[in-house]
Amino acid sequence: MNAVAVAPSTLAHPRLPRWAPLVVAVAALAVGALLGLILGWGPVAIVLLSGLLYVVALPAWSRVLEGRRAATDRLMTNLVWGAFAVVCVPLLWLLWNVVQKGAPHVTVHFLTTSMRGVFGSMEGGILHAIQGTVIVTLAATVIAVPIGLMTAIYLIEYGRGSRLAKVITFLVDVMTGIPSIVAGLFALSLLVLFFGPAFRAGIGGAIALALLMTPTVVRSAEEMLRLVPSDLREASFALGVPKWRTILKVVMPTAIGGIVTGVVLAISRVIGETAPLLVTAGYNDSMNGNLFSGRMTTLPVYIFNQYKTPGAVPLGAHAADPPGYARAWAAALVLIVIVMILNLIARIIGKIFAPKTGR
Amino acid sequence: MAKSIDVQDLDIFYGDFKAVEGVSMTIKAKSVTAFIGPSGCGKSTFLRSLNRMHEVIPGARVEGKVMVDGMSLYDPIVDPVEVRRRIGMVFQRPNPFPTMSIYENVLAGNRLNNKRMPKSEADDVVEKSLRGANLWNEVKDRLGKPGMGLSGGQQQRLCIARAIAVEPEVLLMDEPCSALDPISTAAVEDLIHDLKSSYTIVIVTHNMQQAARVSDDTGFFNLKAAGKPGHLVEFNPTKQMFTNPDSPDTEAYISGRFG
Amino acid sequence: MSTGSSLTPPPAVSARRGRLALGDRVFAASARGAGLLILLALAGVFVFLLIQGIPGLSVDPKEYGQGFETFWQYVGPLLFGTIFISLLALIVAVPFALAVALFISHYAPRRLATPVAYVIDLLAAVPSVVFGLWGGRALSQALKPVINWLGDYLNWIPLFKGPASPNGQTALTAALVLGVMILPIITAISREVFAQTPRLNEEAAIGLGATRWEVIRLAVLPYAKSGVIAGIMLGLGRALGETMAVTMVYSSSPKYMLNIIGDTSPQTIAANIANNYAEASADKQHVLIAAGLVLFAFTFVVNFIARWAIGRGERKLAR
Repeated sequence: MNAVAVAPSTLAHPRLPRWAPLVVAVAALAVGALLGLILGWGPVAIVLLSGLLYVVALPAWSRVLEGRRAATDRLMTNLVWGAFAVVCVPLLWLLWNVVQKGAPHVTVHFLTTSMRGVFGSMEGGILHAIQGTVIVTLAATVIAVPIGLMTAIYLIEYGRGSRLAKVITFLVDVMTGIPSIVAGLFALSLLVLFFGPAFRAGIGGAIALALLMTPTVVRSAEEMLRLVPSDLREASFALGVPKWRTILKVVMPTAIGGIVTGVVLAISRVIGETAPLLVTAGYNDSMNGNLFSGRMTTLPVYIFNQYKTPGAVPLGAHAADPPGYARAWAAALVLIVIVMILNLIARIIGKIFAPKTGR
Repeated sequence: MAKSIDVQDLDIFYGDFKAVEGVSMTIKAKSVTAFIGPSGCGKSTFLRSLNRMHEVIPGARVEGKVMVDGMSLYDPIVDPVEVRRRIGMVFQRPNPFPTMSIYENVLAGNRLNNKRMPKSEADDVVEKSLRGANLWNEVKDRLGKPGMGLSGGQQQRLCIARAIAVEPEVLLMDEPCSALDPISTAAVEDLIHDLKSSYTIVIVTHNMQQAARVSDDTGFFNLKAAGKPGHLVEFNPTKQMFTNPDSPDTEAYISGRFG
Repeated sequence: MSTGSSLTPPPAVSARRGRLALGDRVFAASARGAGLLILLALAGVFVFLLIQGIPGLSVDPKEYGQGFETFWQYVGPLLFGTIFISLLALIVAVPFALAVALFISHYAPRRLATPVAYVIDLLAAVPSVVFGLWGGRALSQALKPVINWLGDYLNWIPLFKGPASPNGQTALTAALVLGVMILPIITAISREVFAQTPRLNEEAAIGLGATRWEVIRLAVLPYAKSGVIAGIMLGLGRALGETMAVTMVYSSSPKYMLNIIGDTSPQTIAANIANNYAEASADKQHVLIAAGLVLFAFTFVVNFIARWAIGRGERKLAR
């Protein structure tokens, strides 16, 4: 009986009350605001200071009341939550900037004209850049997807455990790490070798992007093919279906959702690439629909170019920024929207084609 | 249609490992032959060697002869794909193709081989196969639904329908009831009994009662020791096997003293 | 062979078989061919960069600019700048990346964890040119007071020697942008290894009365170490090759220096290529390609270490 009576008292450690974090938060905000107002700081500084006070004050209180271990735990919890909050800032800030500075300039005119003959305060547009982006990205997809897909098929269905398969897996890993500008230089040196040092065209960009896309496609397709149960392959073999038909008609349809998702994500990744296109496809003010001749602008290069040469603020205009910056923000908004739409499509496709259980 | 199978002194290897050793038997046409034995004794491996399915695993090879109606399965000029078309197989777990409807699943063997047939003929094949698998009445109103939507027992009968739709000469079944509930098991056993009139059936089972119920002949496989290849201990008519076996090992296994 | 004649299948079957076997052969060959093409492509990258790059090692010294006599004098400061800026980015990114990974795997309520992971992926989806634009136009404006303050009060630290740039477009800004860009990679990989730590060890620690932080310190971090290192190395690899965020944010020159809040700061290889490709003569192109090759080799080494660390981690977990 005695032991039972003693036990509860040793189990009960002093704990901070449940409302402690709230009280500390309010106090931290109050102190921060007071100090900030006295020293004449802006709201950003006040919030930062209050946050810092909270992160330190709650563990300090806990240290006094609950002991060292609990205090450390509270400190780490605060730091982790704090780090998460800090990381959200640049993302929200960036998206806000892009929308706020870009949206007013995304007009029908902006989307339907090129930069041909645009000067001074004329609005100009991005049609040529959208056209270039679509052409170059499509060409890269056409190159990368068949190669990537067939390689994945080789790795999963044919080459399992073989030395060649190991070498290819290793090289695909190496390819994932190629800096995008090096991919651009590769495409450039390839073209320069055949067509002379001044050659710039969309095809170079497509080759560079394909080089960047292929490993992503191989990886995701490999993953998806591996998920197809071997039961299905065996069922097909047992019906007297040759291996290649089994792969094309049983394995691929089962994995197609994941494969398409992977391809779309790969596209969304390379569509924002700038450096390799800068080196290979160059910049051009006008429409150019020919992949194989003449410089071809893509959206990212357009943004870079407008940023680099923003032009002068026109006399008498109210705009505080040179026109190039406005165009760059607007084009950035269009580019981000395209990337987000592609990501969304990838997710939806993944959902739709997810293996049916049928019930 | 139905063919007999002659096996002479068959060894099966996975790389350097000998899985099955020295099997000889004659499997009669239009009968049910069952293989029983403890796990890992090579009965499934042996079954798979009868339609060259074991070749799916890299490094697998056989020595010896398997003759179907006087034709050696392992002759170099023989295409394993053709062998599998003539000798169908049903697996342990039901495995309908998830991307296909019930109708398409039944026709899979034909469609996947790009065999063109008019719609009326295809309908006939589907109905005939599903009736043959005792499934027609249950699914005739929902042929367009995914095959994965059926119950486990129905899925297994769908797989049997799929196997017989290509009109094989032999039907191999690898523990076809081990993933099924008792009622579905009974349905599949009934079906095996019906199929016997037109097919040669070879079935691997863990369940001795099942072997006793459905088969005409039974083969008992065993291991001499762990790590040693499996071998055929006894091959006799089922009745004799279960009442008066030749080998004391068989008797011990059947009476439940090991395994 | 007495059974010879009966072995021969009927002619129809044989014809069909020939066709099917052909289909199988063609398909298998093209799959293998695609794999070989990747092999070839990578070999191509090396060969073409070598062909075009090697002449760059010995061109007229005036192509190197800045009074450099040899290629190595020219590429040395660039390599220094590349590593320097990337390390700064790592210093910014790693603590936050690990904290966010822990947040997703151990701290966030389950309903919050998935959307947070999605938001971090979103960060990875933002094109680098947009990061560059934001860094060069928005972040740099906001950092002006901070940079001035650093230049006024902390100028005894070599990094902040100053004089502070008046427009905020400094290497410090670029390092912050780059840090934000590589954070998702490090977070994604760390999150995965944090989630993979053996559940039993965590429960054992909880059973001993450990607080949440002690569980992480005792049962999570030791297991995740090599995975986290791999993630950091992959992040470093990404930072080394990043071009736009660096080119667009600060003006640079190929010099050895530590000051990151001044008007000019050390240039990276990628920025050097991007800045000079446009007006490059044939000789200068060779020089730039050779510099690219140096960058490639260096990133390759970093990525190789990352893969090695991943492999080691997997072996450790497998045991």
